[in-house]
Amino acid sequence: MAQSRKGVVEWPRSLFVILLSLSVVGVGMIYSAGELSLPSPFTEGLWRRQAVFLLAGVVAFLTLSRLPSRLVQTLTYFMYIAGVAILAVTLVVGSGRGTAAGVKSFLSLGGFSFQPAELAKVTTALALAWMLAKGPEIQHLRDLIKPTALVSVPLALVVLQPDLGTAMAFIGIYFAALLWARTPLPIMLFAMSPGFAMLLAWDVRVWGAFAIVLFLGLYLYRFKLMMKESVSLILINVGAGAVAQPIWNMLAPYQRNRLLVFLNPEQDPQGAGWQLIQSKIAMGSGGLVGKGFTEGTQKRLNFLPEMHTDFIFSVVGEEFGFVGTSLVLVAFAYLFFRMIRLAEESRDHFAGLFIFGILGAWLTHVCVNVGMTVGVLPITGIPLPFISYGGSFLLMSWVAAGLAVSLSQNQS
Amino acid sequence: MSTDDPRKQLLRARGAKLIVTVLLGAMTAILFRVQVLGTSQWRLESDENRLRSFTVPSPRGIIRDRDGRAIADNIPGYSLSVDSRPSEEMVASLTRLREHFTMSDARFETLVERARAGPIRPLLVSLDAPFDVVAKIEERKAAFPLILIESRPKRRYPWGEVASHVLGYVGEINEDEMNSPDFAGVPRGTMVGRSGVEAVYDSILRGEVGTRYLEVDAAGRIVGSFRGTRTIPEQPGEELDLTLDLDLMAWIHHIFPEGMSGAVVALEVATGDVLALYSAPTFDPNIFLGTVDQEEWNRISQDPTSPLLNRAIMGKYPPGSTWKLASAAIALEVGVITPTERMPVPCTGAFRYGNRIARCWKEEGHGSLDLAGAIQHSCNVYFYQMGLRIGLSRLLEHGNRVGFGDRCGIDLPQEATGTFPDGPGYWDRQFGYTASEGEVLNLVIGQGPNSQTPLKIAQFMAAIAGDGSAPAPTLFRGAERNDGWRLDVSRESLQHILEGIRRVTGPEGTAFLSSLEHFDLLGKTGTAQSGGDRADHAWFAAMAGLPGEPPEIVVVVLVEFGEGGSVTAGPLAAKTADYYLRAQHGIPQDTIQTLGEYLRAGRSTRWAYTR
Repeated sequence: MAQSRKGVVEWPRSLFVILLSLSVVGVGMIYSAGELSLPSPFTEGLWRRQAVFLLAGVVAFLTLSRLPSRLVQTLTYFMYIAGVAILAVTLVVGSGRGTAAGVKSFLSLGGFSFQPAELAKVTTALALAWMLAKGPEIQHLRDLIKPTALVSVPLALVVLQPDLGTAMAFIGIYFAALLWARTPLPIMLFAMSPGFAMLLAWDVRVWGAFAIVLFLGLYLYRFKLMMKESVSLILINVGAGAVAQPIWNMLAPYQRNRLLVFLNPEQDPQGAGWQLIQSKIAMGSGGLVGKGFTEGTQKRLNFLPEMHTDFIFSVVGEEFGFVGTSLVLVAFAYLFFRMIRLAEESRDHFAGLFIFGILGAWLTHVCVNVGMTVGVLPITGIPLPFISYGGSFLLMSWVAAGLAVSLSQNQS
Repeated sequence: MSTDDPRKQLLRARGAKLIVTVLLGAMTAILFRVQVLGTSQWRLESDENRLRSFTVPSPRGIIRDRDGRAIADNIPGYSLSVDSRPSEEMVASLTRLREHFTMSDARFETLVERARAGPIRPLLVSLDAPFDVVAKIEERKAAFPLILIESRPKRRYPWGEVASHVLGYVGEINEDEMNSPDFAGVPRGTMVGRSGVEAVYDSILRGEVGTRYLEVDAAGRIVGSFRGTRTIPEQPGEELDLTLDLDLMAWIHHIFPEGMSGAVVALEVATGDVLALYSAPTFDPNIFLGTVDQEEWNRISQDPTSPLLNRAIMGKYPPGSTWKLASAAIALEVGVITPTERMPVPCTGAFRYGNRIARCWKEEGHGSLDLAGAIQHSCNVYFYQMGLRIGLSRLLEHGNRVGFGDRCGIDLPQEATGTFPDGPGYWDRQFGYTASEGEVLNLVIGQGPNSQTPLKIAQFMAAIAGDGSAPAPTLFRGAERNDGWRLDVSRESLQHILEGIRRVTGPEGTAFLSSLEHFDLLGKTGTAQSGGDRADHAWFAAMAGLPGEPPEIVVVVLVEFGEGGSVTAGPLAAKTADYYLRAQHGIPQDTIQTLGEYLRAGRSTRWAYTR
């Protein structure tokens, strides 16, 4: 059913419908988030701005999805370089917003401001897809050097802002694209290993076990690895573990909290724990069917932090209960499945790789955001795609979707 | 470069779907646990977050007199409190509040101490904030985010000083009371009865506080009231109907001699109802509302005239000659005299008993008298002989049965117990010598170890004015009647006693000037030694009714340092009875009431000699 008689991928109307549905839910929730018992001039009417951005996003989607894919391909590297350049500029002249005033994540241009990281996510996904599509198939660890470098540059610039949440999206793009690039599973695991090395460094025995597993893996995969590769990987892992462990061990628990807050300066340092609890209360008190649209007390009485942006999902949970949250997650699952199918249907490998990159970014956003609102993941200021308030993110998400559709139509 | 290996790519697609399914499925599972399985706990926390409970004070029951006049009611008032916050914020708020609301340094210190002591929420600053202060703070609400203003009914005593002793007053519940079982469940800040009827019937009057929930936002700002199912409405206190006649009490307050101390008790003969229970000097119970200034309290509680003392039930005075009526009743009860017989020894101004000479108050003597005559003239010599016939132990036994060594049992706190020997052994215990039969000579004329409250004398008077029975006087009309005691004396015999006191206000009696135009006044004067160099206390125990009819009202008056009973106490009793009876029988009130006043006013006094 996916492909028409001519072999042309059908324009994915269902994708458009699901994106629009999520976005409309978002505008509705932002409206609700502005409905406070004691109105605040800062949050009232934000839903109108979001609606304007949604309109712009839809227009961009409809335009881009019909754009000849060749144009996109030609401009890929140029756009990547432009994205990185703007990120670099942002580090110098950027500004923060609201509670995260110390962060350099916004760029103002004549009264209009946007988040260059959102643009960079799309351009990086494009460039990575292009590189993986045009380059040799990844068979060895050394084949990862170039793609890793490509993603590392914008990622490092975002970390320097610092905006850990968005940085995580780049990691999502990276691994999702590698997955679709048919990177052998061991290679992908090796690529992930420095991350594990850092995370598991909190206990010597655990790290030791990790090291044994790593060596075992390298030994089992020795026929496909060059000595240089193995040694480099071991050194990178040891290095990651070595810097993490002493730093982490030196810290008292409250300092570890501070570190988390430092990694994510959008949060009020003294309020990190409080926000988590309030979000969980909002979620839990919503129960099965919720308190009703605009009726959430945690939200209405300002107990819920950042209710327009990072904690918009808590508003969903409080006002529509488990029915609401699971429906939103089902919608996301549908979106992701539809994207996977679109990638499968695409004749152009470049299209599939791009779609997967974007999917990786959004999946990371959804999991980290939802995990944060129910308290199973640390608080990192990361918005929920299509639903959280934020013009740049919404617009760029629609742009990404438009580009994905455009590329999927390519018959080459 | 399209999918050159569709099988491999399909595998990747499946892998990706698996990852999406596992991740989002895990999220859904976690959401299910928090939102469905754990919801009751989180719902509770959500309510705790936003709902602040406030006790809603219940209006105290209205107290009414026998004609339904409100003598204690409620008017709108305002309380000021500081919302519970970190103590320093509360102290800062209190300090700012002082600019608008005057607090003594001591009161301020107490509040600061309480704020620092811990989370009592909210901290009550005043139960009775003046309206202008409330208005000022409402205007500057932004400057006083922690100050809570609540409207709460405030007690008012419209009759002020008139009934202060009977009504008592209310005050904020204190620590001791909060720990007592009588006040279980009564929250801080509640007004509770402190004395008088307010204290005795506090549990009826108090009602039950309600609980109201206010919704607050994260910054602690009050958003609005919460009308949830958990709101517990306040239960207003029940109304209390008293037997008192406030018009009569106001009249007594009006006629009681300025600057003098004493008490007036009026009982209705037919029912034993307390019509008036007045004590002078008095005080305004309204000043005890809200937070009592320590200075004000000291001024009243340390006043040498003891205005807080309810002399009608707490003051004990030797009954003097008024007690001769009790002696006479006991003699008749025991049957040692007949009303018409005369005592063998006529009064010559003195009576010899053994080697002791007991004197009559009248040096030239009264001659030979029957019971009525002896009562009319208050002749000691007659009573000495009567007392010897009764005998000491029988006099004590019957005196105790009538309750002279006990309380009347009125429904008021702190009623004094009468002093009266419980038996001949009393003298051994109290004075270290064995009582001789001669002690009866003192007791029978109301002297010796015998002190009674004005209420006790009134209760006795009510018994002889009626059928000899004396229920415990009560103020609350719904109170259970206590049978009290009964004199075992026939009505005929009692008539002889009444005849004696009728003559007291007759043309030849000592209290003739207290007689009334429209009513029969029967009364007995008494003089109680005050013990010091000052004048004696004056008693007048009276009853009155329509001429030729049974008495309707008993009035007992005691005036401290009032000298002879007929000068100050008699007219007071007469005017009290007259005021009541005029109202009862539709006779217009008049300030000229007694014969003495008629004479001074130059009116015709023929009525006094023609009855």
